[in-house]
Amino acid sequence: MPQDALSIQNVSHNFGAFHALKNVSLTVPRGSFTALLGVNGAGKTTLFSLITRLYDNTSGRIEVAGHDLRREPGAALARLGVVFQSRSLDADLTVAQNLDYHAALHGITRRETRDRATEVMALVGLSDKLGVRVSALSGGQQRRAEIARALIHRPEILLLDEATVGLDVKSRAEVVALTRNLTRQGVSALWATHIMDEIRPEDGLVILHKGQVLASGRTDEVTKGDDLTRTFLRLTGEDA
Amino acid sequence: MSHALTPRMWLTAFLGIARRETLRFVNQRGRFLAALVRPLVWLFIFAAGFRAVLGLSITPPYQTYVLYEVYVTPGLVAMIQLFNGMQSSLSMVYDRETGAMRTLLVSPFPRWFLLGSKLVAGVIVSIIQVYTFLAIAWFWDVEPPPIGYLTVLPALILSGLMLGAMGLFLSSAIRQLENFAGVMNFVIFPMFFASTALYPLWRMRESSTLLHEICAINPFTHAVELIRFALYGQFDLLSFLVVTGCLILFFGAAVFMYDPAKGLWARRKGGA
Repeated sequence: MPQDALSIQNVSHNFGAFHALKNVSLTVPRGSFTALLGVNGAGKTTLFSLITRLYDNTSGRIEVAGHDLRREPGAALARLGVVFQSRSLDADLTVAQNLDYHAALHGITRRETRDRATEVMALVGLSDKLGVRVSALSGGQQRRAEIARALIHRPEILLLDEATVGLDVKSRAEVVALTRNLTRQGVSALWATHIMDEIRPEDGLVILHKGQVLASGRTDEVTKGDDLTRTFLRLTGEDA
Repeated sequence: MSHALTPRMWLTAFLGIARRETLRFVNQRGRFLAALVRPLVWLFIFAAGFRAVLGLSITPPYQTYVLYEVYVTPGLVAMIQLFNGMQSSLSMVYDRETGAMRTLLVSPFPRWFLLGSKLVAGVIVSIIQVYTFLAIAWFWDVEPPPIGYLTVLPALILSGLMLGAMGLFLSSAIRQLENFAGVMNFVIFPMFFASTALYPLWRMRESSTLLHEICAINPFTHAVELIRFALYGQFDLLSFLVVTGCLILFFGAAVFMYDPAKGLWARRKGGA
């Protein structure tokens, strides 16, 4: 079994003349909570689009749980759970119908989905919301339902792209806590954010700025005991 | 966890996509009504008016003079499928704008299969609409032979796939929902009016040779004729070949366009 849930080596991506990612390398160890920290436009969503194969990575190498994304896309995608930055649940359907649809897209039968749905909804604290239409859920509940959906096919790694955007303080804290709890149960998480408060000293940290990785490692090692915000501003050259 | 996709998993994925399309259709009752009302208005009002001014000679597959309502019915059936294909296309663009499309595209199944399943699911929905329309049209003296209701089914599947694939291809090229009005003006209306849906080809030749040529090469004309002949238990080889060819072309183009490494998709900043 490979040591890393996700391994990205020397990945670049351009949109015409614009270099969105430049030689990006990072790893997400198994069972870890790794924060991908960067301001808007840093390249986080582009990187997620490459990992999820919405874009094709033409340079470097991306491996999910040891499966090369280009050579074994099916095996790699089967091990990924994704929570996108924008809402992606079908608001006209119930939570159960959304879970059913997503599970089917991973080849999981309805009978098996019923058991798994109960399990993941309990995990995200929404056991009583299975039959509720998504449009009737609050923003925080919708986010948690999206995490439940991302978990239904039992992925090895969760990608969460700015998962707390638009949530109130309480809901934000709940979603972060939920994700941390999942990592304690063996799921790895790559948490893209621009909010420093969401990152703890013991978390993995990758600082992405203008398409380049400026620093990576354990957060307290990257900051060397300094404040994360000051470290970030110093590394990005925006402290002047 | 094994990553091999078993036949059962492929079937489960297809059924899941079909179920979602059906649920969306059921949830949008207005869409079902609109899909029915549109051809019925044409049948009840437009055809009644045209019946008085438009003479029709005996043309295959008809073996006698027919009412204009009878002539126009296969065209209206194809119209249901054309609008359904465009509706699917519209929902693809909407899904892309709302982000729901990503859920589909990050599935471990290949994209041709995901798009193909969506296409087939859309055709199933359109066939339900068509048979409902034909049942109502029967009370309006549109009475093809009983066997015609069965023989038309393969034609409906093929023409539905072709028109749905065209919608799929268009959806890959449309960047925003607002651009869809352009598709109505530049694709749907010209396709429908420059076809044999409302008037036979020989009528077109009388008015304009150029228009006749355009109608003759319009894939929608061949979808209409395939349905018309099949509804009377007959097979039109030329229409079958054109519709099949266009299906392969449109679906191939759609798969190309949705491929992450090729097509417009690869160059689109912001993703699905």
